[in-house]
Amino acid sequence: MIEIQNIRYAIGNSLILDQVDAVIPKGEVTAIIGPNGAGKSTLLSLASRLIKPDAGAIRVDGHDVHQASTAEMATLLSVLRQENHIASRLRVRDLVSFGRFPHNRGQARPEDSEKIDEALDMMEMRPFENRYLDELSGGQRQRALVAMILSQDTDYILLDEPLNNLDLVHARNLMMILERLKNVGKTPILVIHDINYAAKYATHILALKNGTTFANGPTSEIFRSEPLSNLFDSHISIQTLDGQLIALHH
Amino acid sequence: MPGRRLLILFALLALSCVFYLTYGARGDIGFALQFRGPKLVALMITGAAIAVSTKLFQTVTGNRILTPAIMGFDSLYVLIEITLLFSLGGFGYAVLGESTRFSFSLVLMIAACIALFGTLMRQTQRDLHRMILVGIIFGILFRSISGLLVRMIDPNEYAVLQSNLFANFNQMDLDLIGLSSLLIGVAIFAAWRMRNTLDTLELGREISINLGLDHDRLVLVVLGIVALLAAVSTALVGPIIFFGLIVTSLAHQIVPSFRHRDLLPGTILIACIVLVAGQSILERVFHLDTTLSVVIDLVGGLTFLVLILRGNIR
Repeated sequence: MIEIQNIRYAIGNSLILDQVDAVIPKGEVTAIIGPNGAGKSTLLSLASRLIKPDAGAIRVDGHDVHQASTAEMATLLSVLRQENHIASRLRVRDLVSFGRFPHNRGQARPEDSEKIDEALDMMEMRPFENRYLDELSGGQRQRALVAMILSQDTDYILLDEPLNNLDLVHARNLMMILERLKNVGKTPILVIHDINYAAKYATHILALKNGTTFANGPTSEIFRSEPLSNLFDSHISIQTLDGQLIALHH
Repeated sequence: MPGRRLLILFALLALSCVFYLTYGARGDIGFALQFRGPKLVALMITGAAIAVSTKLFQTVTGNRILTPAIMGFDSLYVLIEITLLFSLGGFGYAVLGESTRFSFSLVLMIAACIALFGTLMRQTQRDLHRMILVGIIFGILFRSISGLLVRMIDPNEYAVLQSNLFANFNQMDLDLIGLSSLLIGVAIFAAWRMRNTLDTLELGREISINLGLDHDRLVLVVLGIVALLAAVSTALVGPIIFFGLIVTSLAHQIVPSFRHRDLLPGTILIACIVLVAGQSILERVFHLDTTLSVVIDLVGGLTFLVLILRGNIR
């Protein structure tokens, strides 16, 4: 369970997040949605210890992420951000093997290579494992980074717009992987813009608007026309197609 | 694979050393060794210091084109020395004694680098172009202040410092070899112990924090080591702007690895080979017609331009 308590964060005079309160349940897929500038990525940066809140706290299974040792947090919670510039000239497999760093401090053990293989297979990156990162397309690179996070093997997995750069097949595959991770007891949490993906794969939704919590609850409660229209300030109608809820927004 | 290349480099270095020690030595070989031995040691520890400081700096800044020398570390050390001389006067400076003065400058240097470059790196956060600009401006600023102070002091006092202001492999400060070797040894040992952490640190702030590193603190520790190494190498031979860049670029070409456990020894070996072989050739074959530092800065400057023009600065 991740408890977000009364988070406040400002850059200079502009308040980015204010009084954000939410509980993200364990063992579900949570989608963080909201219009641009709602503070979704900032919330993720706070949870991932990149920045510190001006007030409030984020607790993961009772550990305050900004108080607990960062090495320990890395075995409990992993984060993939939107932009990653990597200076080292790495092969895909090398990158994925860094996911084991919190567990082995850089001393590779036999059990680590199993986890790495598993992660590579999950992201269908096995055929590219010996390619250098700069020889990959944007989508392949994104999949390599997700594989690194998967090999980190943490209970909580935070992803900031992981579908960026992915074609529709790989986007769907990634969402199915997250669902599978949920089924083995992990807790994936992702910032996502495509609310239809959220509706299909997420079981829990945290909606942010203007830097504060707009709604937080099961997908069935939030994925309705009225709350979504209010969230985005534009009309969104919800239809059922093949037994699946679809938001029509264009 | 990297292991074999390192062995070949090691063999090349051994050859260069033998060449340096024995080429053109007539008569009693023991006599020649007494003169050439300490110089060889000085060349090698300088090479190692510049190699490691450059590699570490590139690791924490996440680029392959900036070096401590380009960012003005060397000029900062020169400025500290001149300021000391200026404020103490030639007599006080001389009375202080070489090793006291050296240690004092080192402490100042490390503090100044962590304060200045630590803040700078937090501000520019991997904005490489801004860092290059600020670094170059820092370098010019430090050199200009040094230039101003130099013009204000007594020419006799200035002579005390001259060896530190210009890179010169022919007149190295050999009195400092003992202390310098010790400091460089400790610094390189510290870097070596961090080798696995450094691999992770090079992935950048976001990823290394995710992987459980205390990124901001580690960067300051590494900057401290870089400052120490840059100061010692400047004290030994003076500032050589582009040497580190040549060495790390070569190392990345020759040693096919991203791991510091391969790259650190690789850069050290290459730096020592370039210095020892270069100095032997210039000193013995061309009889000191040119100075090594000029050749290095010429080649290094061209490398710098090529790297920028090819655009692969990451």
